Parts: sequence; structure tokens; C-alpha cells
Amino acid sequence: MTRVEFAIVGAGPAGIAAATLAAELGLDTMLVDEQGSPGGQIYRAVERARPGSPLGPDYLAGAPLAAALRASRVEYRPGTGLWHVEPEGRLYVAAAGRTETILARRILLATGAIERPVPIAGWTLPGVITVGAAQILLKTADLVPEGRMVLAGQGPLLYLVAQQLVRAGAPPAVILETTPPANYRQALGALPLRSAGVRPLLKGLLTILAVRSAGVPVRRGVCGLHAIGGESLERVVWDGGEIAADHLLLHEGVIPNVQVGLALQLRHDWDEHQLCWRPALDPWGQTSLPCIAVAGDAGSIAGADAARLSGQLAALDAAMLLGHIDQRERDRRAQPIRAALGRDRALRHFLDRLYRPARSVLAPDDDEIVVCRCEEVSAGHVRRAARLGATGPNQLKAFTRCGMGPCQGRVCGPVVAAVLADALDKPIAEIGTWRPRAPFKPVTVGALADAETADW
Amino acid sequence: MFRPRPDAMPATVPVIVEGRLVHVPPGASAAAAVLAAGFRGIRETPVSGSKRAPYCMMGVCFDCLAEIDGVPGRQSCMVEAQAGMRIRRQIGARHIDPTP
Repeated sequence: MTRVEFAIVGAGPAGIAAATLAAELGLDTMLVDEQGSPGGQIYRAVERARPGSPLGPDYLAGAPLAAALRASRVEYRPGTGLWHVEPEGRLYVAAAGRTETILARRILLATGAIERPVPIAGWTLPGVITVGAAQILLKTADLVPEGRMVLAGQGPLLYLVAQQLVRAGAPPAVILETTPPANYRQALGALPLRSAGVRPLLKGLLTILAVRSAGVPVRRGVCGLHAIGGESLERVVWDGGEIAADHLLLHEGVIPNVQVGLALQLRHDWDEHQLCWRPALDPWGQTSLPCIAVAGDAGSIAGADAARLSGQLAALDAAMLLGHIDQRERDRRAQPIRAALGRDRALRHFLDRLYRPARSVLAPDDDEIVVCRCEEVSAGHVRRAARLGATGPNQLKAFTRCGMGPCQGRVCGPVVAAVLADALDKPIAEIGTWRPRAPFKPVTVGALADAETADW
Repeated sequence: MFRPRPDAMPATVPVIVEGRLVHVPPGASAAAAVLAAGFRGIRETPVSGSKRAPYCMMGVCFDCLAEIDGVPGRQSCMVEAQAGMRIRRQIGARHIDPTP
């Protein structure tokens, strides 16, 4: 068994910033991460990026973060996946088929975000991937889609990736924007007028302009999106149009990755602005369990810079709670970080309103649409189970096997909650969510047997 | 299909996908190798036999499950491609060889 003071899960901007600051403050710190190199998804494979990369300067800004981690005293464990965690601070991680048991005095979950599921007809066809997946292929393997490519959905990442694909010599054939027209009016009221919000806003507008001036056509207010094909994608159809396509890239924003926190039964709230579950946190990232904190997009979607800052706050709090600094020192060091966080959040309300997904993204109307990709359970199956008496997601499992496949409900969770909410005429907050269980990732029997549990 | 972008990193890691040799850059995942090799699907679901391909590329969706170096049920998007790695599609549920 390995003992550490501070164990951090996830080496994205939040986890790296927390780990390096904690080590600097004298905490015996370990950082575990599934990927082979630091950066998380946003700065994935950033250590191999070169100037002039089609991914652009904002991506390259992650390189110093990774370098700081490498230069620090943090015990960094790449290629290491968390498969179980117990509330009093025991972590079970697997690397190269073996389990290591870690006893930590404090844990920080910096598990980042996942892309919101986009349940449309045909979204399980080969040829349909997420916009984020296309970006990961570009970051890690220098691969771009070949043939005719359609981007559909909305959100800052959609246009960023469109621009990166243009730069990488693979311009999309068309962008189908699904932003509901009413969102523009809603967002106008939240338009940031202070300078802190204006700069990122201009940056976003320039990205959109760059994509348009590269000749990529954009269709606005698209609804009724379908992917059609036999064994793989052949056409993309929407209300009033269609196009032959080899690739369809979907995106409707990102939501916190709450899988581990739900398994720990941390208190979670339904966020009505960002339309997702998020853990209930105090201003330092403290959760409802005494030794566990959350930082970055895993707590609330705010982007890479805010993630880095919230990671630093969590590290300061851990340093105080473990006796390395006193409260005055923590608060003094936190002041400039909180000020920067405030500036960074200036644009967030505007983005949340502008890119609020249509209700049909949360809960598809068409009964035939698959919601649980693993067990191939449709929206109609879920509605039928609700009529038969399924009261919530966990009972729904017994009716349909929905959420019981290999992904353990990671993808279908938010969709199931919304479909059940509509069917039972209750708010999503009341419907609740899955209770995931360990192992979080597939492990061999041998790796299970390695675990040093408290009872042995 | 996917292709390398212009000015890509040299693809120096040889991987065998369903008997087909393909080279990917260091750091690419096994799932990326499958796509680079020109396969559209990587598995068939145990439920209906429908064809699936990597969807999220970040360990969330499990639609990239494949047999890697003889071990079935692996998330190919989370496994870094290594020289000589053998990747096979997974048809239906994974099979376990009962021999000790």
C-alpha cells in the first residue's frame, strides 16, 4: 500500500495546477492519470505539439503547464486508471494490468468534462463521431477525416475544431448550427460589456469569421437532424435539406464528468443553466465528503483557465487542512486567484444562454432513437418502462438494462433523466441519476486480486 | 476514412489491424490505428450485431472495444499503439479462452 498526503485524479489543467502548487507548498502529492502524457483532453498530447500546429496558439499555451509538472516534485503516474475509490481516502488504480492501493489523506477529483450526448437517429452508425473525437485524432495521431464531412450542433468547440480542420487541410462541407433562434435574444441580455468578457468574445467571433471566410457554408437554426446509412453513414438529413456525407461530427457542448463522484454518492445538484449534474461544492471545491474535493470542469463547466485556477484553490485548501499553511496564508494566496476567476467567468453566462441545447437534444421526441448505445435501448423503451412504473434511472435498469452496458451509463445518463422527467412530468432534479459502481473501468481478475482492501 | 494531415508527424509505429499493416505516429491510440487502417467499423454489438466505430475517442462511450494482443474487451482509444501490436475487431461479446 502506498501512502500519500494528497492524491489527485486527472492530469488536465485543474489537476496539474493543483498538483504542482501542492508540491510547492510541501505536500506529498501524487497525480494519477489515464493518459500517457499530461494535458487532459484540452491539452492532450501538447508535449509533442510544434509551433505552427493547426491546433493554434491557445492549445500550445498548455505546454508550460505540462513542463511545470515534469519539473515538480509531484509523483506523476501516467497510464494509470482509477477503478475504485472509498470515501475515507483509499484509491485503487491500475497500470499495466496491476493494481496499486493508495491511501491518501485528501483526494482531489479533477476528472474534467465529457461531451454532452447528442441522441439523433443514426448516431450509432460508423462515420458519426463527436467533434471532440475528431480533435483528439488530430492532436494525437495527426489524422483528419477524408471525404465529405458535416459538422452539426453548437458551442465554442464546434467552431474551434472547424477552424483547426480548415488549417489542417480538411475543411468541412457544411456546418449545421442547431442553436435555437430564441437563444440569441436570451443571450443578448447577458452580453458581457466589461473588458474581461469582451476579449474572449472577440476571439470567438474571429474564429467563426475565419471558418466562414475559408468558404465553409453555415446553415442556421437546423432541426430534425438524422444520420442515415446501411452499415455506415451515407447521408445527413435535416428539416428542409440533406447532403451525402462520409463523416458527421456532432457537438452540443460539454458537461461535467461526474462518474466517480456519483459512485461516491457525493451530493449532486441539477444545474438548470448548464443543463447537467454537478457536485455541490464550497468555494474551495470541498464536496459533501470530508476528505474529497473537486476542481475544474468536473465541478462546473468554465473552461481551461478557470480549471487551472480552481485547481490552485483546491491545493491551497488542502495545504491548510493538512497543516502546511495557516488559514491567513491560504486566504492571502487565494485573493489574486479569485480575482482572475471572476474575470474569466465574465463570458460564461452569455455562452450558457446562447448555446443552451434544444429540449429535443436532452430528450429526443422520436421513440425509435437509441438513447443507451451499449444496450441499444430506445427513447420509446424508456417511455414504456415509465408507463409500467419505473420511477427513476436506477429502477429503469431492471426494466430495460439501460445504463448497464460497458459505458456504465456515462453516455445515456443525462438523456435518460430528461426522457423520464418528461414521461413522469417531473423536473429532472427530482428524477435523479445513476448510482455507478466500481470497477469504473474494465480490469482483469488479476488486477482485482491485487487490491489491498480495508477488511483484509 | 481518415488520412494524415499535411506536414504530419512521421508515422513510425507499425501496427497490425486485422492482418493489415498500418503505421501511426508515436502516441496515437489503437483506435486511431484502426481508423488509419481504413476500417469504418471496429466491433459488432452483442445485442443486435450492429456495426460500431470509435465515437468519443476519450474513454467514455466504450464503442471502440477491441481485441488487443489477444485480450478482448479493451478500450482501444485508451491504449497507446506499440510497435507490433495486433488489433482485432470484436464481434459480439468478448470470448475468454478457458485454457489456463
